[in-house]
Amino acid sequence: MADPVKFTIDGRPMQAAPGTLLINAAKEAGIAIPSFCYYDGLALQAACRMCLVEVEKTPKLQVACTTPVAEGMVVQTDSPQVRQARKGMLEFLLTNHPLDCPVCDKGGECELQDMVFRYGAGESRYVESKLHVDEKQWSPIVFYDAPRCILCYRCVRICGEGLGVGALGIGNRGAAAEIVPNRGDHLECDECGACIDICPVGALTSGTYRYKTRPWEMEHIGTICTHCSNGCKTTLGVRNGNIIRANNRDRSGVNGEFLCVKGRYAFDFNENPERLTAPLLRAGGEFKPVSWAIALATVAKKLSELKARHGKFGVIGSNRTTNEENYQLQKFARLVMGTSNIDHHRTGDFATLLDTLSGRANALATTADVYTTKAALVIHSDLAQEHPLLAFQLRANSRHHKAHVYAVTPGPVREDNYGTGVRADPGREFEVLATLREKLAAETELIFLFGAAIKGAAIRQLVEFGDSLGIPVKYICLLDYSNSRGASDMGLLPDLLPGYRHVSEIGLDPGMDCDQMLSDPNLEALWVVGSNPLARQSLGATNAFLVVSDLFLTETARRADVVFPAMSAYEKNGTVTNVCGDVQKLSRGPKTMGTKSDLDIVALLAREMRADLGPTKVDDVFQEIRRTVRGYENLPFGVIETGGAAATAPVHGPVRFESRPELIRPTANGLFTSGTLGRFSGMLNGLIESPGALYRDPHVRPVIEFGSGQLEMVQDK
Amino acid sequence: MRYNEPSDLEVRVISQRFDLPNSTSIDTYLANEGYVAIRKALGMTAEAIIEELKVSSLRGRGGAGFPTGMKWSFVPRNSGKPTYIICNSDESEPGTCKDRLLMENDPHQLIEGMLIAGWTIKSNKGYIFIRGEYRYLIEIVDRAIAEAYERGYLGQNILGSGWDFDLYTHTGAGAYECGEESALLESLEGKRGVPRLKPPFPAVVGAFQSPTILNNTETYSSVPVIFRNGGAWFAGLGTPKNGGTRLMCISGHVNKPGVYELPMGFPMMRLINEVCGGMRNGKKLKAVIPGGSSAPVLTAAECENLPLDFDSLAKLKSMAGSGGLVVLDEDTDIVAVALRTIKFYAHESCGWCIPCREGTTWLKKLLTRFHEGGGTERDIDTIGELASNMLGRTFCALGDAAAMPTTGFITKFRSEFEEYLKKSQGRVQPAPELINV
Repeated sequence: MADPVKFTIDGRPMQAAPGTLLINAAKEAGIAIPSFCYYDGLALQAACRMCLVEVEKTPKLQVACTTPVAEGMVVQTDSPQVRQARKGMLEFLLTNHPLDCPVCDKGGECELQDMVFRYGAGESRYVESKLHVDEKQWSPIVFYDAPRCILCYRCVRICGEGLGVGALGIGNRGAAAEIVPNRGDHLECDECGACIDICPVGALTSGTYRYKTRPWEMEHIGTICTHCSNGCKTTLGVRNGNIIRANNRDRSGVNGEFLCVKGRYAFDFNENPERLTAPLLRAGGEFKPVSWAIALATVAKKLSELKARHGKFGVIGSNRTTNEENYQLQKFARLVMGTSNIDHHRTGDFATLLDTLSGRANALATTADVYTTKAALVIHSDLAQEHPLLAFQLRANSRHHKAHVYAVTPGPVREDNYGTGVRADPGREFEVLATLREKLAAETELIFLFGAAIKGAAIRQLVEFGDSLGIPVKYICLLDYSNSRGASDMGLLPDLLPGYRHVSEIGLDPGMDCDQMLSDPNLEALWVVGSNPLARQSLGATNAFLVVSDLFLTETARRADVVFPAMSAYEKNGTVTNVCGDVQKLSRGPKTMGTKSDLDIVALLAREMRADLGPTKVDDVFQEIRRTVRGYENLPFGVIETGGAAATAPVHGPVRFESRPELIRPTANGLFTSGTLGRFSGMLNGLIESPGALYRDPHVRPVIEFGSGQLEMVQDK
Repeated sequence: MRYNEPSDLEVRVISQRFDLPNSTSIDTYLANEGYVAIRKALGMTAEAIIEELKVSSLRGRGGAGFPTGMKWSFVPRNSGKPTYIICNSDESEPGTCKDRLLMENDPHQLIEGMLIAGWTIKSNKGYIFIRGEYRYLIEIVDRAIAEAYERGYLGQNILGSGWDFDLYTHTGAGAYECGEESALLESLEGKRGVPRLKPPFPAVVGAFQSPTILNNTETYSSVPVIFRNGGAWFAGLGTPKNGGTRLMCISGHVNKPGVYELPMGFPMMRLINEVCGGMRNGKKLKAVIPGGSSAPVLTAAECENLPLDFDSLAKLKSMAGSGGLVVLDEDTDIVAVALRTIKFYAHESCGWCIPCREGTTWLKKLLTRFHEGGGTERDIDTIGELASNMLGRTFCALGDAAAMPTTGFITKFRSEFEEYLKKSQGRVQPAPELINV
């Protein structure tokens, strides 16, 4: 690296790498230079002229956002001339601004308000008429109020550069210039709402949030999105126990700037009137609400009796419950019920990958690696639809670091637009990979991101191919749902304990898998936690006692004998592990009266059965996980506790297990679906149904192959 | 065709063929020393060509007056990228109407100038970006381009040199901003016509991310004669560092407004009194806008003994700009002129940056109110302060172009604004005919 450049800002001698922009150099030193249009990671605009500073020997004020530091440069950021320029700029900005702060959603968290408060003039000289343009609605969730807009072009850039969607542009000119959708009067986009979040003022507002509250009336709780497996941090704005909005106010998560439509808007399932708020007990073919005490006692009695006579019992766990809940749930099955009949909806073949990678160091990529790798190859996944954060990271990597991106997919994907896209029919990916061999071998490092179609033997073939390239290769096995990886890591598998150790280590035989449990006519009792297998399969044991813990009366819950109303991920504390193995913390936001967390349900049931499951508090369970689960040893608790992400290290020796690729069921969720849970988000459903609003992307597959009930949902309406 | 009678005082160098019959045809051009310069240039190295241009002290005729030879020397010749020759024919500065005549009367001269530029940096492609409102000129220029292709002056292996050059016309869509070179490039590339960040300058990163020579129509049109007659000859026509002649566009209260080719450094008062036949109706001179509407106004006193070249006007804190002079007589309402001027810039501001977008509109509204008789004492200071809040702080020169004349009017004719307040309460005065475009 070149020698640092020496310069002076406000009399303080400093140094920075050559090419560092003045605005960033000052920020490093704790000197704030105001700006609207400068935004880290997006193209330079120099449009708002707020960051003008005085540079010695330069007659005109210079814009700090595009001026790189230079040797011997002497800069004043707070001289009378600079202060006067800022004041003048804000005065200009307010001329056509409606100053409707009292009714503006942004009031209280508006960058324009803050700037005027800090740098603006107390008095306005503007006495002319203001331009007015009526507010426009571009989609069910995006509204634009042109008079409030300061034209910083952040929205245009995040949509075009960041997402690669490019739904926004600029229309008209001069004082009449405004942001316009590139499709005339409406958006055809991912509906991610990044434009709204990034807007420094109240020009872009959200259909789900507008006019509902003042920002300071909410509590802002940073937690992890419960939808896909990418594990984005979302900040819930909670007022009186209800989620009013979710946004990306807290940019400390693995997702940085990013959130997709689900992270921002699909929180409304939480307050769906169909939420279960009392345990249900089947009596005479009908459900009747009962107290927790009665429900727990009924289940405990049934299970105790079953256990006493060694009746067949099984557990199907969830892809969305926390690590702590999954860990305790498998303990319940194995230690309390003495069975390893436990499984979950496997959305990818991670265990086979682990086994194949055995002995290789640094073979699993973290979320951060996706942004820094020199090259990446996506196999059989429409990343922008299924793993929007990873798609965003890859794109940002290509933009910022010129990473080479390859996509080997059955249909066109967004990566084609900036990388090398090659079509491969399902099952013929390796033929195409072979044609790319030379190019890939010429890279210095590579990450393979592969979808659920690559499973079993194909994973072994892929790793062999990776090994043959002669460069460092990392892998990401793409899974769906917020804690799929955690479900697998925590041993919701019939032959594997937490940390991928074989069940024989605790003297158990491998148990039944999902399909076996569902089809075995002799199964006597089944506990389904946060999963909806009966949406796609029927229960073979027609007389089995079925216990279901869920948020809603799903297809599975309808068949149950006892239903426990569970808390959603937004209502509890705990940790989840994302698709790249990064562990992050959930924080309790809203509350739904009558519900309990699955952790509490397991603990209460065990207590009712006079069994000891060890710790009951989330933190204590987490500490036990840190002590006992391979890959989770010594995870930095402080990092996770303070909202950071910590990478697990699950690769060890060979994994002793039976590879069962036929059990891998891809979910085929896109941006606007989220399994059974997604059916209860009015916002997501509204977007699917709203003509023109849903991104009519040829990449969105029209047929849902597997899924968990979305098909019926579409037909219902 | 020409729109005014020529003057005996003119030095007809680049307008020498304007009055010939069929002046646009390649035959006329060839019969009058046409395409002689490119033959010479094809025998010269790039360094020699640039040196000759430097000797000629030709300066950019678009407004900024940057030395052309130096501009061409900035183009990297081993970038591995294609290079482009772009002609800025987006002539939009109020008061300026010379590029139009050059294309209308002698398009081959322009083509030859661009060819010499192309050969200098071994470019293979050129574009003439013609102002949207000049649609009728496209036909003329396209016909000339077709003729040049037919005769082997464009296309492959030009004059047996082994060098290829293609030339195209491209139209703007009616935005003044697209005359700013980087906005022109954006527009040429099919994007919204807003300016780019500089540096990098077009010489290094211009059209399609590639090195580009971008000059004004008149600049290119001045090149062939330099290579026919020599740089020193051209330099000798003007004053030191201001080589050659210039097409001066005179409008306003003179007896014979029009476009006249005069050597650089020609005295302002001789231009008005001798070339243009003096002030109309025997009125007294009040002021001159010397280089297109963005040039700060000069008072009659400042115009005495003033040579019209880049440096002399810069000394008066005004500019020679695009060579468009607007002559104003004693009856002119300066408030109305200021209003008309700012109306233009408010209409043309692209909206990219805050001070230009909001400043021009505010000034327009304020001056409108002031002009209609609703002004206050404080407005006069506010006008000056708003202009100074814009000056030097906008993204591109359009903001300056709006602020500079405004500052000029308010400082040099402040008393008129004050008088206006007293006299004109409630009066609504239409802008004088000449600037009521």
